[in-house]
Amino acid sequence: MGYTENELAKDLENQEYKFGFVTNIESDKAPKGLNEGIIRFISAKKEEPEWLLDFRLKAFALWKEMTEPEWAHVHYEKPDFQDITYYSAPKQTKKYESWDDVDPEMKETMAKLGISMEEQQRLTGVAVDFVMDSVSVATSFKSKLAELGIVFCSFSEAVKEHPELVRKYMGTVVPMTDNFYAALNSAVFTDGSFCYIPSGVRCPMELSTYFRINEGGTGQFERTLVVADQGAYVSYLEGCTAPQRDENQLHAAVVELIALDDAEIKYSTVQNWYPGDKEGKGGIYNFVTKRGLCERNAKISWTQVETGSAVTWKYPSCVLKGDNSIGEFYSVAVTNNYQQADTGTKMIHLGKNTKSTIISKGISAGKSQNSYRGLVQIHKNADNARNFSQCDSLLMTDECGAHTFPYIECKNSSAKIEHEATTSKIGEDQIFYCLQRGISEEKAISLIVNGYCKEVLNQLPMEFAVEAQKLLAISLEGSVG
Amino acid sequence: MITIKNLHASIDGKEILKGLNLEVPAGQVHAIMGPNGAGKSTLASVLAGREDYEVTDGTVDFDGVDLLELSTEDRAREGMFLAFQYPVEIPGVSNVNFLRTALNEIREYKGQEAISAKDFMAMVREKSAIVELDAKLASRAVNEGFSGGEKKRNEIFQMAMLEPKLAILDETDSGLDIDALRIVANGVNKLRSEKNATIVITHYQRLLDYIVPDVVHVLYNGRIVKSGPKELALELEEKGYDWIKAEQEAK
Ligand SMILES: Nc1ncnc2c1ncn2[C@@H]1O[C@H](COP(=O)(O)OP(=O)(O)O)[C@@H](O)[C@H]1O
Ligand SMILES: [Mg+2]
Repeated sequence: MGYTENELAKDLENQEYKFGFVTNIESDKAPKGLNEGIIRFISAKKEEPEWLLDFRLKAFALWKEMTEPEWAHVHYEKPDFQDITYYSAPKQTKKYESWDDVDPEMKETMAKLGISMEEQQRLTGVAVDFVMDSVSVATSFKSKLAELGIVFCSFSEAVKEHPELVRKYMGTVVPMTDNFYAALNSAVFTDGSFCYIPSGVRCPMELSTYFRINEGGTGQFERTLVVADQGAYVSYLEGCTAPQRDENQLHAAVVELIALDDAEIKYSTVQNWYPGDKEGKGGIYNFVTKRGLCERNAKISWTQVETGSAVTWKYPSCVLKGDNSIGEFYSVAVTNNYQQADTGTKMIHLGKNTKSTIISKGISAGKSQNSYRGLVQIHKNADNARNFSQCDSLLMTDECGAHTFPYIECKNSSAKIEHEATTSKIGEDQIFYCLQRGISEEKAISLIVNGYCKEVLNQLPMEFAVEAQKLLAISLEGSVG
Repeated sequence: MITIKNLHASIDGKEILKGLNLEVPAGQVHAIMGPNGAGKSTLASVLAGREDYEVTDGTVDFDGVDLLELSTEDRAREGMFLAFQYPVEIPGVSNVNFLRTALNEIREYKGQEAISAKDFMAMVREKSAIVELDAKLASRAVNEGFSGGEKKRNEIFQMAMLEPKLAILDETDSGLDIDALRIVANGVNKLRSEKNATIVITHYQRLLDYIVPDVVHVLYNGRIVKSGPKELALELEEKGYDWIKAEQEAK
């Protein structure tokens, strides 16, 4: 009932990728290519401490020995890692004291993104840390959060202001050795977000960060680290939009969540990278490593709505280390035209009485390929572990594909694992039923698809849910066949 | 309200409607009866604008507009409503959200403003009472997990909400027990007015005890072959359709 049908209708009129525009802010960037010198340049540019430079160099040395993974169900032209600019920052270095100080062009960008800060602040009470081209340019609500001892800032700032926290937790959940892209990120990451919720504190608002790739050919290597100390709670949101491009852009982020004893982290993403045009040209390569660690009685839930990217490779995972810990994964992944997505989750049960839930809704349209890849791993000591997985696929055309690869590794006989999977084609009968009631075809598809995704959308905070519904509608326009 | 002349329609190259004529004036209820496979649901689908069917000849005037020129959704917006023989389920989409979307699309088409949430909810309460539909069903997903009878009642509830000029009820009585039948029929009767018209498609004259038609038509082999007063339904009930078939073959 709270859905904004009119807004949806307006967006539906807009056939082209809505956020496809480029902001012209003069960059201060590194030369193309990757070598030790570039890494030293990035580190110096960011005035980093010695230990962080060492971390980067070690990761770079490891990365050079690694090869790109090829097991995913995706095909793409491999990026040329020497043809990427690894550092670029907007010229102005000064942080804004007030909203009035913000560059008008940047304000316009945000307005186009539909995230006018005034609105955001006034209406939703969401603190937005806006990351443009790897450098945070505006932060809000900081003082209010600071009163509670909550740290919410750019990764670079955290390195400067809270080095002990960063040093203690960075790389503990996603080690630099984890995979090719995680190693690359560890070597060249430029910025990202950091969040720390002190023991026993319930963060009173949704913490939200908007990422945006802005420089042509700039690889984006973000790092997010969220730590909820004992008994703390936080709901954290990340959303992405990207400008229209002709060349493929690489995005290889690392996200680490740490929920200490009795803590809870809700992490939500609406991901909207440019998917390429109707022929599949352009678009973002999105190779992300996201993982959370749960200590005793802790809970982490990942909720994601993925509509973007030419190629997506992403498996938000939970390591259920502590007894009684809980991991959840709610996902909607939409692919259209020539998009390819290989996403899923891993639930690693180490502790006793650990529980995990996986709800995955794949929607394939056009000639796209959509794969779910999930691993449920029950270790020897994980007595009474439970998992429930449900993987549904919805096909919009006869030319697209849906694939499900559920893997189960169980080393404890007390485990209970349930898996359900369905594949259905969007019903002509359903569409006719809607049309007969006076509902247009586009709106009918949007209704049906949103209904199909309801279990996942319900997990999102309200504003995000509305945005997610619009995105689903936009990305599936004219796609029934 | 609707005037159908010489309507021919086929599906997958097979002609089902073979020169059908029918006129239903405003303020009237007409019943269409006929044996299985006669083309009753086909007629309903063709009028509603289902794309699988190809209209090869004929005209349909719907309250002054050329119905066959309109898209499916515009026919609905002009006031054509079909209560489906087999209503589909739309998982995860609440009845109220579905209906509000439909209602606002129709209003927009007519140049009216969108209905406010408050007025809409008041309307839901009022109209669901007409078919004694549990308020809980109004907020559940469209037809999902509804019993056969609940689905049919929900169709009439939707009809009440959308206030069509012409409603076509396709076998709305099938699968209903006597109580549900009475409730559905009462609902339809309450919605009757001088301004609208109803076509009731049925196999059984039982429904016509409750929804009393002005005219009864017999659809056989793609045509209306006989029309008469409500007593015709009783005759058909008594004698079956064989005599109609015999009469037709004799021609
Ligand atoms: N896709 C189709 N291809 C060929 N014949 C069809 C198709 N769909 C329905 N028919 C035929 O159309 C005729 C009329 O069906 P229908 O309108 O459902 O009859 P009624 O509702 O009167 O029982 C039947 O003979 C049926 O078999
Ligand atoms: Mg029928």
